[in-house]
Amino acid sequence: MPTTPKEFTENFEQLKPLMDANMAYYESSRCLFCYDAPCIKACPTSIDIPLFIKQINTENLTGAAKTIYSSNFFGHTCGKVCPTEVLCEGACVYNEQGVKPIEIGRLQSHATTAAIKNSKQLFKKSESNNHKVAVVGAGPSGLSCACELSLLGYEVDIFETNSKPGGLALNGTAPYKITNDEVIEEIDYLQDQFGFNVVYNKRIDTSREFKNLEEKYDAIFLGIGLGKTNIPSTEGTDLENCIGATEFIEDFKMNPLQVKVGKKVVVIGGGNTAMDAASECARIGADVTLIYRRSKEEMGAYEFEYDLIKSVGAKAIFNANLKEIRGGFLVEELLCIRTQSKNGKLEELENSEFSVPCDFLILATGQEKQTDILEIPLLEYDSKGRIKIDSKTMQCSNGKYFAGGDAVNGGAEVVNACAEGKQAAQGIDSFLKNKEI
Amino acid sequence: MADLTANLAGIISPNPFWLASAPPTNSGYQVMKAFDAGWGGAVWKTLGVPVINVSSRYGAVNYRDSRIMGFNNIELITDRPLTDNLKEIEEVKKYFPDHSVIASLMVQTKEEWHQIIKDVENAGADGIELNFGCPHGMCERGMGSAVGQEPAVLQTITEWAKEAATVPVIVKLTPNITDITEPARAAAAGGADAISLINTIQSIVNVDLDTFAPNPQVDGKSTHGGYCGPAVKPIALNMVKSCAQDENVGIPISGIGGIESWRDATEHMLLGASNVQVCTAAMHYGFGIVREMISGLEQYMDDKGFNKLDDLIGKSVPKVESWEHLNLNYKVIAEIDEKKCIGCQLCYIACEDGAHQAISLSKIEGVRVPQIIDENCVGCNLCSLVCPVEDCITMVESKNNKGHESWSDYMDSGKAPENFDDDRAGGKNHWVPKPSDALKDKKESR
Repeated sequence: MPTTPKEFTENFEQLKPLMDANMAYYESSRCLFCYDAPCIKACPTSIDIPLFIKQINTENLTGAAKTIYSSNFFGHTCGKVCPTEVLCEGACVYNEQGVKPIEIGRLQSHATTAAIKNSKQLFKKSESNNHKVAVVGAGPSGLSCACELSLLGYEVDIFETNSKPGGLALNGTAPYKITNDEVIEEIDYLQDQFGFNVVYNKRIDTSREFKNLEEKYDAIFLGIGLGKTNIPSTEGTDLENCIGATEFIEDFKMNPLQVKVGKKVVVIGGGNTAMDAASECARIGADVTLIYRRSKEEMGAYEFEYDLIKSVGAKAIFNANLKEIRGGFLVEELLCIRTQSKNGKLEELENSEFSVPCDFLILATGQEKQTDILEIPLLEYDSKGRIKIDSKTMQCSNGKYFAGGDAVNGGAEVVNACAEGKQAAQGIDSFLKNKEI
Repeated sequence: MADLTANLAGIISPNPFWLASAPPTNSGYQVMKAFDAGWGGAVWKTLGVPVINVSSRYGAVNYRDSRIMGFNNIELITDRPLTDNLKEIEEVKKYFPDHSVIASLMVQTKEEWHQIIKDVENAGADGIELNFGCPHGMCERGMGSAVGQEPAVLQTITEWAKEAATVPVIVKLTPNITDITEPARAAAAGGADAISLINTIQSIVNVDLDTFAPNPQVDGKSTHGGYCGPAVKPIALNMVKSCAQDENVGIPISGIGGIESWRDATEHMLLGASNVQVCTAAMHYGFGIVREMISGLEQYMDDKGFNKLDDLIGKSVPKVESWEHLNLNYKVIAEIDEKKCIGCQLCYIACEDGAHQAISLSKIEGVRVPQIIDENCVGCNLCSLVCPVEDCITMVESKNNKGHESWSDYMDSGKAPENFDDDRAGGKNHWVPKPSDALKDKKESR
């Protein structure tokens, strides 16, 4: 178990470490510069990938960074945390040839690092248009929306519940994907360039607060993300050594050396959050067992994320339900039961109970929607509790509001939130311009 | 196993791979090491008048991640004492009597030529190469390419050399000239036993965008250099071919220029070179690179059933004709192997923007394999050249019964087209989109 920062760093080595100039030059040399490139199409923010790779290759790093940031304000973070295996790199035509795809994510971070470290001013803001927009939530969608609006000449105030910006990009990403410093440095870089205001430790959810915003601002963007882990009703989930995966990942990201897990960790779930939690526990020396109620093939997690937990020694039990949490003051053992899928329905097999020793239980059973607590008149939600929006403009049913990120898509990647935040900014811009006419 | 023994105008070497006169043959130590590594011969770094060299001396053209696609230098002939060189030639010949040591020479007066030829023959040189090619530093002093560019002078000096020489005389030609056959003929007329080509091409390889001075730099300034390396092979091959085809040249050729592998060497020989000389590849990879050349050539000869080099030397010479004799009725059309296609669509955009709009994209979402529009394909090869997958796009002959007709045939029979209404005029029936179609997509999205 790592106890010093040095040991910790070793166990949590970056999966996509930064390239040096030489590596970037050689890797960028391999790009074919495809026409109508599949990598661009696979990127939710449509970054002109072949162009920035060519720019890296011709030592125009600033130009490369500008290409990236023109499409995605979290170019650096996304280069490191995006599931590139299923996005740009997964679409690289080299895969068709059995050749290793271009390491697009690492090349991207290479270019953005240079811009961030040298504080390159890449954009020129439009003159102020005297409109003000409030952004609720300083996560990837809210910040992206704020950057784009600032660029278009808006004055933007962001209201953030936490004391730090970044949302899930900061506290929801695994430490071996990106460091906290990197996320914060990129956000500082954006704020220096675009000049939006952030009010920290300010949660907005009451009708009075929203009314207040409505009076002061021309439009409001909701980038509020999701809530706490959706804890199942099983008895015992309130025991001290049982925790929701989102909370565990956040605790661990913010205070890695203080978080203690047991020796026998069980993670319940089959999504990417479950994989991150399992991988993190294994990296701090625990025996990790993942338990998922359906088959391996039905897991929501990407295959490469599952491969990653296997590579650090985690085990997995598929087709098993958590029946009972056993223990006194602490979880000591789990009683599980085998399941099978029949006509798409999951059923438990009789007399197939088995026990699993456990001294630390992590529940990766999805996150609650926090939309129902919003006191905004005329705001509509879909059947899954997601804020209803116009898919082009990201405008809500209450026309003064726009939304993006996890609260709208139900929980996706950082890159999706970035795309939606930027799109909403454009929606806000055309909405307010049309209003003027 | 094929016999690699090479014979250039009576100079016999165990294989056709010689080191060209250049830094790798600057000393007996290097030549000895090279022979030990497998090189069949070496042309000693040019001996002659005293010189002073500069620092730095070399520049390179890189292509993406490939180093030294092209190379240039501003180094002069040897700056080591003549007596040291002569002593070392003698010693090398003692250890390697069957390998060829050629002395490259560059002096000015007839007396100097006679004297130095005597000196190197006494040291045991198997042949003499007259350096009429060096395009920098020496030409300003009336030597090197200054001679190679004046056929009459070249012929006279060749005659001087032949008066004194008892071993074969090779004349090394400069490519910095309009028609290479002119100096080649002058060499033959002067009695040369062979020619070697090409020497380096005048060049500036690149400019430093911060200091504004080209490379290589000498105290903030540069000068043109001599270009060589893989990039110059096509120029060399064409010149070798021209000399090989010219009846008035008629003497053996030592092929030089861009040879890095057995393939490059074989191409030179197929186009008429009796042996080859290599420099840049040895400067880049060391003498060991010759093992690949020997093994590749041997394997090729065995596969083709060639027993000796004469079986392949010049085999491609009759395959090169002047344009007017090419068959105008021959047609090829591109064919894409759907199974091999990786969907980069480089062929599409190359044909669309750079050629004849003969490739279309599928309208089905997600299908990235392009299609050839046969009627528009002129068989230019561009798509197959940009395709990153080996043998994915092939050029397939589209048979017709028209037989062989060339421009020269048309001219001879008075049937050459006289206006653009002629059906044979290539562009007449070729469909071209309207100029405004170029902006169609933009209009639609507006």
